[in-house]
Amino acid sequence: MATQSITVTINGEAKSAEVEDRLLLVHLIRDNCGLTGTHIGCDTTHCGACTVLLDGTAVKSCTVFAVQANGREVTTIEGMEGEALHPLQEGFMEEHGLQCGFCTPGMIMSSKHLLDKNPNPTEEEIRWGISGNLCRCTGYLNIVKAVQYASNKLQETPTE
Amino acid sequence: MAEPRTSFEIGGMGHSVKRKEDPRFIRGQGNYVDDIVRPGMVFMDIVRSPYAHAKIKSINTEKALALPGVAAVITGETLKEYNLHMMPTLMSDTQMVLPVEKVCYQSQEVAAVVATDRYSAADGVELVEVEYEPLPVVIDPFKALEKDAPIIRDDKEGQDSNHIFHWESGDKEGTAQAFKDADVTVKQDIYLPRIHVASIETCGIISEFNSVTGQLTCWMTTQAPHAIRTVIALVAGHVGLQEDKIRVISPDIGGGFGGKVPIYPGYIIAIAASVVTGLPIKWIEDRRENLQADSFARDYHMTCEIAADKDGTMKALRIKTLADHGYADAACNPSKWPAGLFSICTGSYDFKTAFTEVDGVYTNKPPGGIAYRCSFRVTEAVHAIERMVDMLADDLDMDPAELRLKNFIPSSAFPYKSPMGWEYDSGNYEGALKLAMKKIGYDALLKEQQEKRERGELMGIGISSFTEVVGAGPSKDFDILGLKMFDSSEIRIHPTGKVTARFGTKSQGQGHETTYAQIIAEELGIPVSDISIEEGDTDTAPYGLGTYASRSTPVAGAAGAMACRKIRDKAKKIAAHLLEVSEDDLEWEPGKFSVKGIPKKASTIQDVAFAAYTNHPQGMEAGLEAVSYYDPPNMTFPFGSYICVVDIDSGTGEVKIRRFVAVDDCGNIINPMIVEGQIHGGLTMGFAPAMLEEISYDEEGNMTGGSFMDYLVPTAVETPKWETDKTCTPSPHHPLGAKGVGESATVGAPAAIANAVVDALSHLGVRHLDIPLTPEKVWRAIHKNGS
Repeated sequence: MATQSITVTINGEAKSAEVEDRLLLVHLIRDNCGLTGTHIGCDTTHCGACTVLLDGTAVKSCTVFAVQANGREVTTIEGMEGEALHPLQEGFMEEHGLQCGFCTPGMIMSSKHLLDKNPNPTEEEIRWGISGNLCRCTGYLNIVKAVQYASNKLQETPTE
Repeated sequence: MAEPRTSFEIGGMGHSVKRKEDPRFIRGQGNYVDDIVRPGMVFMDIVRSPYAHAKIKSINTEKALALPGVAAVITGETLKEYNLHMMPTLMSDTQMVLPVEKVCYQSQEVAAVVATDRYSAADGVELVEVEYEPLPVVIDPFKALEKDAPIIRDDKEGQDSNHIFHWESGDKEGTAQAFKDADVTVKQDIYLPRIHVASIETCGIISEFNSVTGQLTCWMTTQAPHAIRTVIALVAGHVGLQEDKIRVISPDIGGGFGGKVPIYPGYIIAIAASVVTGLPIKWIEDRRENLQADSFARDYHMTCEIAADKDGTMKALRIKTLADHGYADAACNPSKWPAGLFSICTGSYDFKTAFTEVDGVYTNKPPGGIAYRCSFRVTEAVHAIERMVDMLADDLDMDPAELRLKNFIPSSAFPYKSPMGWEYDSGNYEGALKLAMKKIGYDALLKEQQEKRERGELMGIGISSFTEVVGAGPSKDFDILGLKMFDSSEIRIHPTGKVTARFGTKSQGQGHETTYAQIIAEELGIPVSDISIEEGDTDTAPYGLGTYASRSTPVAGAAGAMACRKIRDKAKKIAAHLLEVSEDDLEWEPGKFSVKGIPKKASTIQDVAFAAYTNHPQGMEAGLEAVSYYDPPNMTFPFGSYICVVDIDSGTGEVKIRRFVAVDDCGNIINPMIVEGQIHGGLTMGFAPAMLEEISYDEEGNMTGGSFMDYLVPTAVETPKWETDKTCTPSPHHPLGAKGVGESATVGAPAAIANAVVDALSHLGVRHLDIPLTPEKVWRAIHKNGS
């Protein structure tokens, strides 16, 4: 199987690896880099558990080849916390926006993408913004509240 | 329950304490099975059958074995050498681990490839050559019972048909007589289709065997680690796997909902492969495998009848059911209950007599039956009774709310003995329905509906007033494979007053680390922040039957309270010793004992804990800990009333849920935030099968809807904006007055939605529609099949 040398910046740190062409980005993140916060829930790009940011845009890393990320920047859930929790992380905890926690990292990354593009979304816009991420536990109501919590907090005190 | 007895800092019952498990999950530091890496670990992938019923003529593993990276290929023949090719199901039926003679459902496991990495294992799967000879397929359970139907389980001695069991409950003759005498009878066939829990994490295992010590360690996605350990010992004891050397660890679980109770062949193959190869084996199923081969729910064909007087007094209920169990009876019901707790089907109503019978049938589909956030067939029972009540109201031209209020078991009648033999512990059905009606503005909605009908617009209002039966269960009636359905708690108070407590259950998102800590905080007055809860490791936790069927709070939660009370009894003796008074002179408030009349003379629970290790009375054993194995005296009976309002587009058949009000009563509440979250999730898992989800098969047994392309789990966009409220009727027999809540909403919601949709169409002559209420189905009903 053909391999390539790639360098991907993950959460600000350059990672180099010799990978098979077919290696999925999610496996690079999880297996090669040991960042297991990004999860796998389906194989058809529907569940969104594997969502990460690729150059700031939310992508489902189970449907991106690792080689496609060569020379680019990836942000995973492990890259969300700075000196303090990101307001989204805080919001999910405050508003009980998670139960089993499996969809949560992907849900937070999709919400990050949404708030970066639209800092003050309506409830409808939030629901559409996370519609590529499935949650089986919460019924979404508290996830919507968590994103609203973060939206409010980010607008009060911009963190970036 | 009244106001909380403890301060927010202590965080006992009634406080919305933030979850102790969240800090790791929001940082991506959960520890799910696929996150675990063991030294030298290899991967397993599974070859699956494209046929629903076929003889296996040959399996050629040569090419796969020649592939670099492939370490082994396991077939049924390999396992047969060790007599591991068959295993028991949790219903005392049998099931293939890997086939030797034939396959019995599409996607059944046929062989397993072990390789150095996931990709090589998947490559190896492609190279295993299996020659099949297709056999006649039986998909329709009614046809499965026909005389000339092919026998699916010809491997079982004496099995000369596809019939599995006949079960009945109630008074057959009395019910027949009541139907003869009744003014009004209504009859309807109702089908609840096959659905799948589709928890976002699929199933998996890492199996590691040490051939020197004989120690087997399995990290696996199981809701019942202790029972699974016993089953592994029963299945593989003869090859040297002893229960004392088997350690099952359930790490964090990404949703269970019953789908992680059964023992899947993949687990056993991985265990066998680790014993055979000596390597730690990781098997993680993909989504298609999960949907196509794992345990399903429902597939219940019910014929329902209700009898009443002209004035609407309900007299009798009769339900005959054909239950499609697939290839094996692997439904995980308690042993005495092959149809689960379906006999709760008289619901919230004061029937004088009732009768139900269920026949289980084998078909060429995957085995299962109850795995969908459903307390052992209660959803089926609730759907049947709540649809029938609405049909009766329609026939009598009565308002469905009025008919319900007329027939509810009155609050004064509890404890209430149902005609099927249940003793309902407590209830206030009228209170819940009236609150739901008030909250949604029922009368105004009826008026609006009338006006809309006159304008030709379709609007419906649907009610479901359900009664649950959870907390399995009392040992005289409840066991799984003979294991009585108690549950357990072991609590240790350390010298510094901090607590480690272990339970026999296993959270899959329910928040046990928080709610169990709150139970201990309530009972001992120790702050939640000082309490660590552990579950899911059979080497450390006391034996319990696990988390499913809403049993954690009713059974293990009660065990926690009882263990605390044992600790408090000993703590009182130590406090009397410290304060140099008689025990009788002490009084307890959460967190301390004080001398009656002298409140300043007191010993905190922390003082007592320190003394238990440093200054305990002579003649008393040191330490402060207790274990409780709780055998509940009765089940608990949570209930609620849900009202749903729908608007239907007559041009497209699309149903929009405009409002959904859920009033739940689960007795005393431990954490209101978590309870509300459970209800939101449960409602969404009631909405899903009502509107979207269905697994079906063509006549050859090919599954349609075997990926998330076709199996439509609701997203945030379709999911209604739930409105919740509660009443509180404590359980009289549970030590905390709690009842359990995890599944109530899943059980109650589908009927409210179905009733609303039928109500919207009733003036067009529509009497009943089976779920899911897809736009096509609704459109056809409106337009009478296209006319």
